[in-house]
Amino acid sequence: MSETVYHRHWRRPPTMIRDRRVRYALYLGIVLYLVLAIGSVDVNWVRVWEGFDRGWRFVLGFLQPDFTSRWRDISQGLVESLTMTMTATVAGVIISVPIGIGAARNLAPRPVYYACRAIIALSRSLQEIIIAILLVAMFGFGPFAGFLTLSFATIGFLSKLLAEDIEDIDEAQAEAIRSTGASWFQLVNYAVQPQVMPRLIGLVLYRFDINFRESAVIGIVGAGGIGATLNTAIDRYEYDSAGAILLIIIGIVMVAEYSSSHIRKWVQ
Amino acid sequence: MLTVDALTKTYKTGDKALKAVAFTVPKGQVVGLIGPSGAGKSTLIRCINRLVEPTSGRVLLNDLDITALPGSGLRRARRRIGMIFQEYALVERLTVMENVLSGRLGYVGFWSSFLRRFPAEDIESAFRLLDRVGLMEHADKRADALSGGQRQRVGIARALAQDPELLLIDEPTASLDPKTSRQIMRLIVEICDERGLPAIINIHDVLLAQQFTQRIIGLRAGEVVFDGPPAALDEDVLTRIYGEEDWTAMRRSAEEDVAAERDAAERMAGMV
Repeated sequence: MSETVYHRHWRRPPTMIRDRRVRYALYLGIVLYLVLAIGSVDVNWVRVWEGFDRGWRFVLGFLQPDFTSRWRDISQGLVESLTMTMTATVAGVIISVPIGIGAARNLAPRPVYYACRAIIALSRSLQEIIIAILLVAMFGFGPFAGFLTLSFATIGFLSKLLAEDIEDIDEAQAEAIRSTGASWFQLVNYAVQPQVMPRLIGLVLYRFDINFRESAVIGIVGAGGIGATLNTAIDRYEYDSAGAILLIIIGIVMVAEYSSSHIRKWVQ
Repeated sequence: MLTVDALTKTYKTGDKALKAVAFTVPKGQVVGLIGPSGAGKSTLIRCINRLVEPTSGRVLLNDLDITALPGSGLRRARRRIGMIFQEYALVERLTVMENVLSGRLGYVGFWSSFLRRFPAEDIESAFRLLDRVGLMEHADKRADALSGGQRQRVGIARALAQDPELLLIDEPTASLDPKTSRQIMRLIVEICDERGLPAIINIHDVLLAQQFTQRIIGLRAGEVVFDGPPAALDEDVLTRIYGEEDWTAMRRSAEEDVAAERDAAERMAGMV
């Protein structure tokens, strides 16, 4: 009786590119490209050196933040930013929930699905700053343009993630509710909502702090809020005030972060 | 009474799940639907309430042609067909009571269901059903806080809340231990008996099917290959349904199971 001889060597078969020569050629190509690409970046080392100097002044301003001398501007900018964030998040959620439901393949009929996906794609393809520039040109400087920008960006973000969540629900629960003779709205309310609600709340809180951070960025292009204040401070070389503003932004984002993780735990 | 006539389902992939299946279930009869995995058992019961759209053939519930109904009529028909699922299919984050009341969704309007304001008689009957399945004190717990057997009882109460004329039951015991399985099967059969409800139970445990149902339909590759009383289910028939296997061994171990259970029950009774 002969015994089967088993191999004592095993290697994982290559998953993507089977041919060894093609694989090494590809690695070589990537390395070559990287070297050439880095070589093509034109660095002005004198300017970098000067930049260090400015950066150092910025760091010094950061270490001695000046909250007081521009406090009026800062507080006004902050209130504007927070208002913008709050209203834009609420408006964005109200609009994005129906769009998110419409963009879920397992709930919406085909034409609605494609329409909602198109809205999402449009909202996601335009970056906040570009929308802000456009809207500032349309509605003038100030927080209204900022509010519209953030609402628009919120729709793309929330609708997409909500739609994906809805597509991932446990279909058995939906099937059970459907089998009771429930209408479409009842199906959404009884089978879908309980399953996606905790994550939706988490996403809304997450979007809230993204919106706050974005409000600082879009302020720079004229959409009001703390970003406008920050921009003015930097333009005036008042790095101590700028440092104070950045510290406040970091503080608020941190508070939002901690409170949202608490709320998320609580809704689970 | 349920009549299934030449029911055929061909999936888009070309798989013929059902081939001209036909049978009639009179009032009060509990039918066990057995067959190997992939025989079309799930498809068959889902075609009856059109969770899966049949390709051709008819399903008649008391002379109402379900297969011909448009959207709203289908919803009205579905509410008279209770369904019980494998893995329970409760909405996990809703309370037990909400799950039971969801059996009334076909009868109430959107706003009263949204605000959870169900008619008093619906609430009363929901409590009565919870009491019947022995879960009165769990009404306000979340469904995911219950054990498997308890969840399946909620599933039964939900189906009964629909005030059904027919029960479709898909593998009710697949995720339960043998003892709980027997309890659940007994409960289902008792309830069907109390209400004169016909039921189709999709089940892969042949012995449970034989023990609790009045009639067995055997499905193989989408065709009915056996239709008769449980007693007629001998080795030949099992081989026709499932293919070659040593059936006597299965029976012997099952008899031991039943004997052990009886023994345990006697001992429990002796202790009281």
